[in-house]
Amino acid sequence: MAEAALALRPPLIEGEKTPAQVTQDVCAPMEARPSALWWAALLVSASLLLLGVVSITYEIATGIGTWGENRTIGWAFDITNFVFWIGIGHAGTLISAILFLFRQRWRTSVNRAAEAMTIFAVMCAGIFPVIHTGRPWFAYWMFPYPNSRGSLWVNFRSPLIWDFFAIATYFTVSAMFWYIGLLPDLATIRDRTKSAWRRRVASFFSLGWNGSYRAWQRYEVVYLMLAGLGTPLVISVHTIVSWDFATAVLPGWHATIFPPYFVAGAIFSGMAMVLTLMIIARRLMHLEEYITLRHIDRMCKLVIATSGIVGLSYATEFFTALYSGNRYEQFVFFNRALGPMYWAYWTMVSCNVLIPLLLWVKRVRTSVAAVFVISILINVGMWFERFVIIVTSLSRDFIPANWFHYAPTGVEVATLLGSFGLFFTLFLLFCRFVPVIAVAEVKGVLKHGRSRPEFNHE
Amino acid sequence: MSRRLFVGVFESEDDTLAAVSASRRSGFKVVDVYAPYAVHGLEEAMGLAPSRLPWIVFLLGLAGAAFKVWFEFWTTAVDWPLNVGGKPFNSLPAFVPVTFEVMVLCAAVGAVISLFFVCRLFPSKKAVAPVAGVTDNRFAVVLEESDSTFVTSEVQRMFERFHAVHVEEQIEEAR
Repeated sequence: MAEAALALRPPLIEGEKTPAQVTQDVCAPMEARPSALWWAALLVSASLLLLGVVSITYEIATGIGTWGENRTIGWAFDITNFVFWIGIGHAGTLISAILFLFRQRWRTSVNRAAEAMTIFAVMCAGIFPVIHTGRPWFAYWMFPYPNSRGSLWVNFRSPLIWDFFAIATYFTVSAMFWYIGLLPDLATIRDRTKSAWRRRVASFFSLGWNGSYRAWQRYEVVYLMLAGLGTPLVISVHTIVSWDFATAVLPGWHATIFPPYFVAGAIFSGMAMVLTLMIIARRLMHLEEYITLRHIDRMCKLVIATSGIVGLSYATEFFTALYSGNRYEQFVFFNRALGPMYWAYWTMVSCNVLIPLLLWVKRVRTSVAAVFVISILINVGMWFERFVIIVTSLSRDFIPANWFHYAPTGVEVATLLGSFGLFFTLFLLFCRFVPVIAVAEVKGVLKHGRSRPEFNHE
Repeated sequence: MSRRLFVGVFESEDDTLAAVSASRRSGFKVVDVYAPYAVHGLEEAMGLAPSRLPWIVFLLGLAGAAFKVWFEFWTTAVDWPLNVGGKPFNSLPAFVPVTFEVMVLCAAVGAVISLFFVCRLFPSKKAVAPVAGVTDNRFAVVLEESDSTFVTSEVQRMFERFHAVHVEEQIEEAR
């Protein structure tokens, strides 16, 4: 029975590829001239990036007063953007580390791009807390180094310092993980490219990799260990981000459910962003045989699962508030759903809980266009989730005399657009200069020349 | 001292695995196998000892975590104790998150650096492979012609039984 199921299971990569074809298919678009569409996309992203640079420069030169924040609402757009981007940055490590440990071999087609996305998203996220400090030129004070201020150390009891360490570690480990995965592919490029400068760059970064199995053996061990370290790391990062809120006594923030709620939300938004980018990349780079409808289907199922957890968290938060008997806590949640920012709350609920329900239908999961639209809506919804948590809780807390409203200024909107510009500019450059598919890993899941059944866990 | 090497080139994972197992069964010394991807099971076929890298990584992680706990205790409770919200100076539970992050950082950076060190990988190193194409679609099995019992024609026949596409002898100069 088991053999029959294995024999009937369709291959992960379509088109009966050989290893040589995989090399050719992934490397050829990089060696050809970029398409007009790519140039157009780069132009748009780079313009947005420029807008962001201008707005941040203006903000730093003038001051935080260029933003719409006030004494009641001290965290708003900037921290929303920070949590939004860092959440997106969680899918890469989920795909590369957690799915690796679970032996989900379909991950090989998407892990490279998802890891790149992680690195770029963490870069975007890192900008916001730094500019939010108001004096970004002192950002290095976060690092505990012996200093001339009497060696005044950082406060290790503060979640904000935990956050600094978490993000810095996450960025470093993700970047190393990505580079280690890239190493054999850089060697492949070095050995096949005809352009001299490309070969020079590839031989610098491929570190003399020659496919020796003695190196492969240690490489696999290190990859496994990085995956093992990356898995608790990815959970710790968003847990710590949630502690930025949960350790405060503010109603709406002070909740023990926050860590799992945030981690599920992060994976949810990250998977949605991976879907958005993969659907674009498979079309642009002609990778339909590598990123198949089955890959999209698998990712949609992860989206369904995490959307369910997120929905359950929303309900639990409400229930906890009602059951707590705490008037302030109860008020915050009624205010979220029915107060002046009800529209943000209901955008969040519809995009994150209701619309993803469509993915239960197989017809929707296998329609690329439908999945693309849903993935974008989820990203909108997850941005609003952070906005709702941060802004509605702050705007109406204990004393009505403190209440205030918040509206973003043009500078804040321009900074958000700028972060999208940075993200997409980096992603487009990545598509152009780095193999979008992990060539060596995909070769390992082909059916070519392999009789052993290895697909029993995919 | 130079040594004589016998190289067989294969085009599939199954053939490579079978050829390596057969070579070892016949008592030949497998110098190395070059492959475009990590072939599962080749480790056992080649008889490689398990890597000791996990131990290095474990110790580095432990050292990083230990240092960080001490450092947080020393800065917060010894060097300049600051009263923050009346919390105890030596607030161990609050030190856990950063300690965890530093442990992961030390272990991960240590793993990567030890990999580069043990495999002697460094920027701009010249890649030396016995035949071209081992980073694309070829698998190369390299045997050492160690003693007089090594009969080239026999090994060649053995490799061809596993569909070797190419067989050659090479002289490796002393390093």
